[in-house]
Amino acid sequence: MVSSQSESGLLSSEGDSQRTQYPYVTGTSVIGIKYKDGILMAADMGGSYGSTIRYKSVERLKQVGKHSLLGASGEISDFQEILRYLDELILHDNMWDDGNSLGPKEVHNYLTRIMYNRRNKFDPLWNSLVLGGVKNGQKYLGSVSMIGVHFEDSHVATGFGNHLARPILREEWREDLSFEEGVKLLEKCMRNLLYRDRSAVNKLQIAKITEDGLTISQPYSLKTFWNFGAFQNPTVGAEGSW
Amino acid sequence: MFRNQYDTDVTTWSPAGRLFQVEYAMEAVKQGSAAIGLRSKTHVVLACVNKANSELSSHQRKIFKVDDHIGVAIAGLTADGRVLSRYMRSECINYGYTYESPLPVGRLVVQLADKAQVCTQRSWKRPYGVGLLVAGLDESGAHLYYNCPSGNYFEYQAFAIGSRSQAAKTYLERKFENFTGSSRDELIKDALFAIRETLQGEKLTSTVCTVAVVGVGEAFNILDQATVQALINEFEISGEEGPTNEGVAEEAVGEAGGAAATQEGGAAPEQETAPMDI
Repeated sequence: MVSSQSESGLLSSEGDSQRTQYPYVTGTSVIGIKYKDGILMAADMGGSYGSTIRYKSVERLKQVGKHSLLGASGEISDFQEILRYLDELILHDNMWDDGNSLGPKEVHNYLTRIMYNRRNKFDPLWNSLVLGGVKNGQKYLGSVSMIGVHFEDSHVATGFGNHLARPILREEWREDLSFEEGVKLLEKCMRNLLYRDRSAVNKLQIAKITEDGLTISQPYSLKTFWNFGAFQNPTVGAEGSW
Repeated sequence: MFRNQYDTDVTTWSPAGRLFQVEYAMEAVKQGSAAIGLRSKTHVVLACVNKANSELSSHQRKIFKVDDHIGVAIAGLTADGRVLSRYMRSECINYGYTYESPLPVGRLVVQLADKAQVCTQRSWKRPYGVGLLVAGLDESGAHLYYNCPSGNYFEYQAFAIGSRSQAAKTYLERKFENFTGSSRDELIKDALFAIRETLQGEKLTSTVCTVAVVGVGEAFNILDQATVQALINEFEISGEEGPTNEGVAEEAVGEAGGAAATQEGGAAPEQETAPMDI
């Protein structure tokens, strides 16, 4: 917390407080799509310490309450703090025991308020979040950034996924995608990220949430093929490069 | 000489297990002019009697919009009622800001009841002297609650509070079984009939009552005077002699007189009943 009891006023008021000025352990992209029966989400399990891939089994897809699924990229410990906030939120919601429950829309908005509030304290939670869910037959998929920018869409991605996955989704996504087609599409996106995003690792989870509930897959790997000409000799035709 | 020793502050029990100050607060609700509420599966209607304090003054508002999906009608100390409506409004706004969705009615009612309960357990406070009929719509449908100064709350199909509310209650008790399937307009009609019961022969006009509705596809709104007058004319319920099916209404008016008389006659029979029930 910032203390206001500084002797020399404006300049030194910052001195005795510490904020997250940069992230330590980070996770890379998350991708979420709507499909016929609900929401699908994919994330790999790498945890990078700077540019070193330090951890290999970080779970970045978590259930929130009965109707929601949260995926996070960015600071892993900040994500764990967010999960603590949400556990408390859901606990208190359940304690009313009145048949009402928070849906994905409510949780998404709550997260937005938390993220924006923390950035106003100049102490942001260093994450990009994807929130999906189904309640009363309504599918919901949205995203929140570390500074509280939020939106809804039929497919969303964080970080590198915005550049590498969403163009694919814009081409190939349909509202009536079956589960199998949806998983195939997500795997295509994740494979592209694996090839081009240095922080990505070949160990991922896919989660599904529908009216019937939530399932998160066991970690698994994608088949890869590294013998493309461009991979083997990346500088061919690149005049002037080494 | 024989002054009540147990009613000088809220936190003192009587040997019979009663809190007199709380009961006095609930008495204040009965003194206020009547307010009624009734609901179907999809709609809730609130109505109240407007009584001016003097010939020279206008009447006070007794129905307040809390949010698009919630409204209240009050009987008792209007000033307390306004404070509580402001509290309810700010709770709704805060919930909407955090979750971008409407506050479930049942939760607001519990928060309100807890707020009232605190006043029955602190020596430096006094109970609110107001009863609130809370009408609202949420995910689980239309709801009508009654909150009283003791911190108790009840959910109702139809209810009436305030002076001479017994007459309206009698009317509502006779008809409430049909309310579930009622249309919006039928509910309003029954609301006007019930209000007329409390007037004891005084002519029902749009100047002496206020009506408000909330329901599926309709945000909480207070009907304007012209609309209410048109409805009164349409249903022909203005007069003291009921025109159409008014054998029923007449009877009730008679009963109302009787009920009011017993009430006037003294609180003697009431003293026997469990004091905390409403």
